[in-house]
Amino acid sequence: MPAATKTRAAHQNHPLEDLIRSDRIPHIWCPGCGIGTAFSACLSAMKGGGRNLEKMCMVSGIGCSGRAAGYVKLDSFHTTHGRAIPFATGLKLGNPELDVIVFSGDGDLFAIGGNHFIHAARRNMDLTVICVNNLNYGMTGGQAAATTPHLAKTTTTTAGNPESPFNLPLLAWASGATYVARWTILHTRELTECIQKAISKSGFSFIEVLGPCPINYGRRNREKPMETLRLYQEQTIIRNNADPMDLDVDFKKKVVLGEFVDKQRPTCIESYDRTCRLPE
Amino acid sequence: MEFWRVPFDSEAIEVSRGIVYIIEDRCKGCGYCIEFCPKSILAFSSRFNKKGYHPPELLDHDICVNCHYCEIICPEFAIYSLPAPLEKTG
Amino acid sequence: MTGDEACAEGALAAGCLFFGGYPITPATEIAEHISARLPAVGGTFIQMEDEIAAMASVLGAAWAGKKSMTATSGPGFSLMMENIGLGICTETPCVLVNVQRGGPSTGLPTMGAQADMMQARWGSHGDYEIIALAPSSAQEIFYQTITAFNLSERYRTPVLIMTDEIIGHMSEKVIIPPADQIRTEWRPKPRGRKDRFLLYKPGPNGVAPMPAAGDGYKIHVTGLTHDEKGYPAMSVEAQQQMMERLKRKILDNRDDIIMVEEHQIEDAEIVIVSYGISSRTSMAAMQQARAMGIKAGFLRLITVWPFAEEKIQALAQRVKGFITVEINLGQIHLEVMRAAAGITPCHLVGHHGGTIISPDQVLAKIKEAF
Repeated sequence: MPAATKTRAAHQNHPLEDLIRSDRIPHIWCPGCGIGTAFSACLSAMKGGGRNLEKMCMVSGIGCSGRAAGYVKLDSFHTTHGRAIPFATGLKLGNPELDVIVFSGDGDLFAIGGNHFIHAARRNMDLTVICVNNLNYGMTGGQAAATTPHLAKTTTTTAGNPESPFNLPLLAWASGATYVARWTILHTRELTECIQKAISKSGFSFIEVLGPCPINYGRRNREKPMETLRLYQEQTIIRNNADPMDLDVDFKKKVVLGEFVDKQRPTCIESYDRTCRLPE
Repeated sequence: MEFWRVPFDSEAIEVSRGIVYIIEDRCKGCGYCIEFCPKSILAFSSRFNKKGYHPPELLDHDICVNCHYCEIICPEFAIYSLPAPLEKTG
Repeated sequence: MTGDEACAEGALAAGCLFFGGYPITPATEIAEHISARLPAVGGTFIQMEDEIAAMASVLGAAWAGKKSMTATSGPGFSLMMENIGLGICTETPCVLVNVQRGGPSTGLPTMGAQADMMQARWGSHGDYEIIALAPSSAQEIFYQTITAFNLSERYRTPVLIMTDEIIGHMSEKVIIPPADQIRTEWRPKPRGRKDRFLLYKPGPNGVAPMPAAGDGYKIHVTGLTHDEKGYPAMSVEAQQQMMERLKRKILDNRDDIIMVEEHQIEDAEIVIVSYGISSRTSMAAMQQARAMGIKAGFLRLITVWPFAEEKIQALAQRVKGFITVEINLGQIHLEVMRAAAGITPCHLVGHHGGTIISPDQVLAKIKEAF
């Protein structure tokens, strides 16, 4: 009789316990929210890569996903809305030994922070940017975002969203990111592997994680959390190296997942050192 | 373990076994672990945790294969599995 | 050397190793000059995509353990307000130079003003205390930039240098002393057990030691109201405690922070109060008034914020009046009035911006008012 279940609280030895600020758990994310799973995958990747965790830091902006920095037991920075990437840029340039991971949401990174995203990708800042895309502004109660599907209902688009969303991997690719991938929280193993790869890779890496927001987005669009996860299972297709033009998120057709870009070019710091510093 | 078609190396491969640990009071009852357990060995319990959710419980103690999927899909750090001591077969 | 260049040289002398900038007239020359100089001293210059990003990168570099700065003018100063607030809340040492120009909006990009003084004090949302210095020459901006870094490191807070287009673009002789004659300060580093470290537990002067990212302290830094550990704390008590400490660390040390210069104040009946470029006007006016037999004195505010109100309060008891000279429509003037509290008449010699105030205007006001 080898297997058994242990339910006593005394066994709080979750494999990621050493990386979470357990004195701040439970986190603020709602039941069924995908951020916790994406965050967990990120922590597994940080831990699994064999890199020096003392030199690893997380920077977040504002919003539900922006709270991630507050739960990781490493040097962590919860900055202003949209400004995680420029803050992280200063952190990395200030100490190039650091592995800097930006963990934030779609509203933070692509609406208010959109300009910073494209410029960090363009200059190939050595950052790993993880965006939990839950298709709306969760923290403020479910308003339309730059990622909200056309005609979807939110508190600011009660008749349906008249606008169209960004294709984030396409934007990242066009801006010059050297690593681009997309997964859903259901594909947590692939997600973890890609984050691990992105951290160890130099240059600007971007990983989009589709995750449900059952309370604010799902409820208004008649989608229960389990139904969202079913969509992730049935309406997605894995196609590595897919054409970035084909990567829009539309669950009426198949949503393409995978690793889309993995290339090398000089990072911002390498290029600065080579161009601006005199040889010793 | 039952097979639909017996793999040639089924004798040589040791099927991993796991012990599932549930930190009940962290659970917010999303049910992802229950729904996506490949062995379908989890279910909502009838108990309430201190937050008022029904945490999962194990239906069948013996068939966890220690795949960790419950652990990695859980948004709450509330469930995980560890390898069980090897079964002495003979 | 221009004031802008002297500012960049002062920053280098202070040990600044990071500049996150964005071009804007009339501050661009600071970025240009320091961008050419930083790589050679092991520092890094980056031109960000806007002033919001510039200020954010400055905070990031400060948490990486570097002395960091940026420089801007009115419109950019407006954009930086958000992250100045983050800097204050998270107690991040850094220096921000505002080379003031005429406003509002795009205003007079190539012409000077001193109209951002209240924005410097209150521009970011919420209550807070800020340190702002106002240099009056190229030589002084060199030294004040060093002082600004020292104050920011000592008190773990953003420090503003409120200069203006006129000083920024004016060429003057600047003497740069040898490095061993320049006193530079560094933020106190924590000691003791890393796992017990509290990021916001103040030392004797009200300021907490500050580790850098990568030092192994596993710090959490947030712009949310936080407790001593740095963890978000959403309560009236936590807000009161954090705010009170942020206020006290500046105000309880105001004798150390507030610098003024007094000229012929002892027997003065009329005191001219001024700062920055306008203090040169004021000095000339004071001397001319004295030559005419008027007992005028001059109080120069080197530190504008926190405001030298005790000084004004004390003078208000015995002088006949104050005249504040500034290139705006009455900003520090209102502070002088507040401190004089109706005891002494206060007058303004102001200007809408774009040029300096002439000593004649100050003299005319002295004659008219007294």
